[in-house]
Amino acid sequence: MKTVKSVLVNKMSSKTLYDKIWDTHLVSEREDGTALIYIDRHLIHEVTSPQAFEGLRLAGRLPWRADANFATPDHNIPTTTEERKQGLEGIKDPVSKIQVRTLDDNCAEFGIFELKMADARQGIVHVVGPEQGATLPGMTIVCGDSHTSTHGALGALAHGIGTSEVEHVLATQCLMQKKARNMLVRIDGQLKAGCTAKDIVLAIIGKIGTAGGTGFTIEFGGEAIQALSVEGRMTVCNMAIEAGARAGLIAVDEKTLDYIKGRPFAPSGELWEQAAQSWRSLVSDTDATFDEVVVLQAEDIEPQVTWGTSPEMVAPITGNVPDPAQEADETKRGNIQQALAYMGLQGGTAIKEIKLDCIFIGSCTNSRIEDLRAAANVVKGKKVANSVEVAMVVPGSGLVKKQAEAEGLDRIFIEAGLEWREPGCSMCLAMNADQLGEGKHCASTSNRNFEGRQGFGGRTHLVSPAMAAAAAIAGHFVDIRELG
Amino acid sequence: MNKFIVEKGVVLPLDRANVDTDFIIPKQFLKSIKRTGFGVNLFDEHRYLDKGLPDTDNSLRPINPDFVLNQSRYRDAKVLLAKDNFGCGSSREHAPWALDDYGFRAILAPSYADIFFNNCFKNGLLPIVLDKATISALFTEVEANEGYQLEVDLEQQTIIKPDGSTIEFSVDAFRKNCLLNGLDDIGLTLEGSETIRNFEKSWRSTAPWYFMTPNATTT
Ligand code: SF4
Repeated sequence: MKTVKSVLVNKMSSKTLYDKIWDTHLVSEREDGTALIYIDRHLIHEVTSPQAFEGLRLAGRLPWRADANFATPDHNIPTTTEERKQGLEGIKDPVSKIQVRTLDDNCAEFGIFELKMADARQGIVHVVGPEQGATLPGMTIVCGDSHTSTHGALGALAHGIGTSEVEHVLATQCLMQKKARNMLVRIDGQLKAGCTAKDIVLAIIGKIGTAGGTGFTIEFGGEAIQALSVEGRMTVCNMAIEAGARAGLIAVDEKTLDYIKGRPFAPSGELWEQAAQSWRSLVSDTDATFDEVVVLQAEDIEPQVTWGTSPEMVAPITGNVPDPAQEADETKRGNIQQALAYMGLQGGTAIKEIKLDCIFIGSCTNSRIEDLRAAANVVKGKKVANSVEVAMVVPGSGLVKKQAEAEGLDRIFIEAGLEWREPGCSMCLAMNADQLGEGKHCASTSNRNFEGRQGFGGRTHLVSPAMAAAAAIAGHFVDIRELG
Repeated sequence: MNKFIVEKGVVLPLDRANVDTDFIIPKQFLKSIKRTGFGVNLFDEHRYLDKGLPDTDNSLRPINPDFVLNQSRYRDAKVLLAKDNFGCGSSREHAPWALDDYGFRAILAPSYADIFFNNCFKNGLLPIVLDKATISALFTEVEANEGYQLEVDLEQQTIIKPDGSTIEFSVDAFRKNCLLNGLDDIGLTLEGSETIRNFEKSWRSTAPWYFMTPNATTT
């Protein structure tokens, strides 16, 4: 153990960060390029796992390595304190209750570590993983959830898988797949005040489209990415999937190591020194080649607001909803018309004129402590507009909640008229009781604005936490930079 | 897993790009702990006029007569004709489960989202990529001819049109073999258990920090 070297460095040829992690995890490869990749960490939640566990049972199989798994329920648990106090019984929807109970039972049966609903550390799996140190640089991480890309912010190769693959990983500790291609998205220069990680990633999606990253692993780099906190980097990687890429990655630096050090699942002592030494090599070699490179200037990025039903339907706060009549391409015109009809918006409307009925601050994109601080900073001493019917803040985990309360953020939100909830996915996908009403407009810090995503007939506008908070106060979108 | 060899059936055209997984199967139906029974809620938000809930009798719900799935000419469709970036969004395998449960066996589109594409193969559903011009010609033919059927022959990698003409398609050799034989991925992978064990052993000694048990600080 004393002589563990930095094996992640291959001096022979220049590699991207993705190449490096891939190569160290390659178990075997067929001639056609189908490979078996070893998986270090498997994250599990209640929605996409029951059928996989059932499959194991039916085949008489056991998990290959139970201690590689980490579970927590998050998708359809209630978020009011009243309901949560009652434990499983507080879940009113009987079908949801069965699903959460099934996760508990499966974890107990197969000896899998679980942060149960009542645990103070429970939360959205993509918030909790990094928080517990269960996400480490250079790891391969999978979860039956597309936003697993979040963990790439720590230099881990992480992506979503389907339930059959969940079962496959449980049974074999491997994933069968072909290697993706390498894309670099570089953000040069410095972000302007008021612009955040969320605005960066929305601007990227606006530029390359929701299928722009299909078939690629995207590495986010450049000065503006390096300048982000680890939490901001998670926001960016979280939405790699919204650009079509299964995985997003960011190079490891001292900020990454500082973030991880001392977390429960992280190594310590001498092992930490060895690990940290090895992790420092988790960067793309300077002469590595990417199959595609996209460059954006940070100075050009303004606060972003989505106006349609796909994350690529996005505009700067100073802009307008597009006018379909101005669109020459027939397919695009049709898409815009369809989206505007669903959203109840007129082409050409100024983004700032869009009125909000609901504000949702939460989700694995933006529910970490920095996000809550940014939102609290905006609403402090102010009141939510009368026209806003529902405004809620849902912390990403029990530990985020505790930290926020220690800082008094909960008081700030409550005094401003926002609800302060228990951790979970909540209105990000509205599987629990937190649902956006039909025809209602919601400023949401989540990641998907698909039709019906936040509730049947609901109209989602994706924004940063500060922009959502400012919209809560004004009742319509405002340019956060004008608030001073 | 279901085998896929040759499938022939009515083609249903879904003229919409970026069909996401919420469109295919809304989240309220993901609460089930089973793999079957999702077919009645396929495209739920467009197929019915009211809001769908699990455990309701779908036969009593008002249907949307304008939605293509409800048009009698497309009854019992087996082949789904779709547009770009089909299946984007979440990783939910409930999307292919719903398509399969409804009776679809093959999908034809210019492009798919990665995770969805992958999930289809695990469930005996064949997603075929065809170029845009071919897809748009098919849309025209399907809409012009009631009862339009296509035969998809995986072995030969061809689609046979009603007039006997054919369209060739490509498919990954490994996936083709799995579909033709209904092979179970896990069983196949476990045949190489020895290789996995050896890899694991050496990886554990190289990077022991990835093998720490919860709450432990040393291995
Ligand atoms: S917060 Fe939303 S996007 Fe994130 S895991 Fe939960 S449902 Fe998925």
